[in-house]
Amino acid sequence: MCLAIPGRVIEIDGDQAEVEIGGIIRRASLALCPPVRVGQYVLLHAGFAIQVVDEEEAQETLRLLQEIGDIGEIS
Amino acid sequence: MKLVSEFRDPQLAAHLIKAMYRTSRRAVSLMEVCGTHTVAISKNGLRQMIPSPISLLSGPGCPVCVTSNRDLDKAIAVARQPGVILATFGDMMRVPGSYSSLSKERAEGCDVRVVYSTMDALRIAEANPHQKVVFYGVGFETTSPTIAASILEAKKRGITNYLVLSVHKLIPPAMKALLDSPELNLHGFICPGHVSVIIGSRPYQFISEQYHLPCVISGFEPLDILQSILMLVQALETGQAAVHIQYRRGVREEGNPVALRTLDQVFEVGDAEWRGLGLIPESGLKIRRKYRSWDAEEFLDLDVPAPRKAPGCLCGDILRGIKNPFDCPLFGGKCTPESPVGPCMVSSEGTCAAYYRYERYRVQDEDRGRRGEVPQLKPAG
Ligand code: SF4
Ligand code: SF4
Repeated sequence: MCLAIPGRVIEIDGDQAEVEIGGIIRRASLALCPPVRVGQYVLLHAGFAIQVVDEEEAQETLRLLQEIGDIGEIS
Repeated sequence: MKLVSEFRDPQLAAHLIKAMYRTSRRAVSLMEVCGTHTVAISKNGLRQMIPSPISLLSGPGCPVCVTSNRDLDKAIAVARQPGVILATFGDMMRVPGSYSSLSKERAEGCDVRVVYSTMDALRIAEANPHQKVVFYGVGFETTSPTIAASILEAKKRGITNYLVLSVHKLIPPAMKALLDSPELNLHGFICPGHVSVIIGSRPYQFISEQYHLPCVISGFEPLDILQSILMLVQALETGQAAVHIQYRRGVREEGNPVALRTLDQVFEVGDAEWRGLGLIPESGLKIRRKYRSWDAEEFLDLDVPAPRKAPGCLCGDILRGIKNPFDCPLFGGKCTPESPVGPCMVSSEGTCAAYYRYERYRVQDEDRGRRGEVPQLKPAG
């Protein structure tokens, strides 16, 4: 029930936004969301954006995962 | 899908599993508190891929499952009142209460509507000014801010026929209740990612400080969960107990301050009854006096019969992590998703439903895992 999916903000109008998820556009409330800009990703839950996705952190996590793999190759 | 498919890479998953085989020395039990994690673990076969000394227990992390029969019966009593439209998330419809379910009530003529968002419920209220629209507010910290926001919005727009029946619950007090129960033997927690998007990592601090258990806040894709398990195993092997965030793209230490402020504006902490765990002090949310005009408890004088438990159902023990669905004699026979006996078989995030859908036939895979072969993550389906 706490499912939240990442979508890209394509338009902001007051505290409402249009968010694209896998090619589908959804309306979402920004009433609970920290400041966000068009083009950023948000986590959508029950019609609300509940957080801005930190894409740098996402890349960092993937880099770390890659590193775990590399260590495995050496040892 | 961006930010999703990268975290399903089978090759990276294999690396993580190999790293686990290198790290894991002793038998440990880890609990995934959240039902969405349970589903991801079952669906991707993660339980069968990880080294066998690591066991994963499902916890009380599905708000549908932990809603008590008393609270379900109350919603049913509300739906039966004349002039009431009951709005709820779809997951609640088929959950059996003591004597009925919301979907049965709807079939018998009550006006029960499934909504995707509280904003839809507000729209129904605006379109039906002569009826009371009662939103059945079920959910953890991920969801409760959206209900708080709807009450603020109703106030702003002067919508007076919108009411909320709040049975919202809080995750950290439930984890504390589990830790205080002597029957559970646990070494670490996989903490719910989306609850933590809202509350941050600090509310779990007591678990590492007072109970000396490591916690990792995890995302929901297979790589997220595998990495979290590896982090917990590493912490346990080196004797550390801290709260770490694996799901860094969504979770900040301080959580989401905007949502927390909204939550605090509308709700205050109160006691709540959990299926399986009983009454836990200060583990639920009640609407503040200031917003009582939107509190269904204030308006509806309900006559709710004493609750009753479905005979034979082990949901309570499953939610506490001391039994698994295979222990239940009704599992897969008398109790199936088509004809569920308990809520754990109804909810899409219920442990019994997840085991039924994905793990009934996985026993062979598990044997292979025990022989030390590293199973592969199947490409995302
Ligand atoms: S409501 Fe949240 S915490 Fe509960 S099962 Fe769903 S995702 Fe997990
Ligand atoms: S299998 Fe059915 S009856 Fe048994 S615990 Fe699960 S929901 Fe309850």
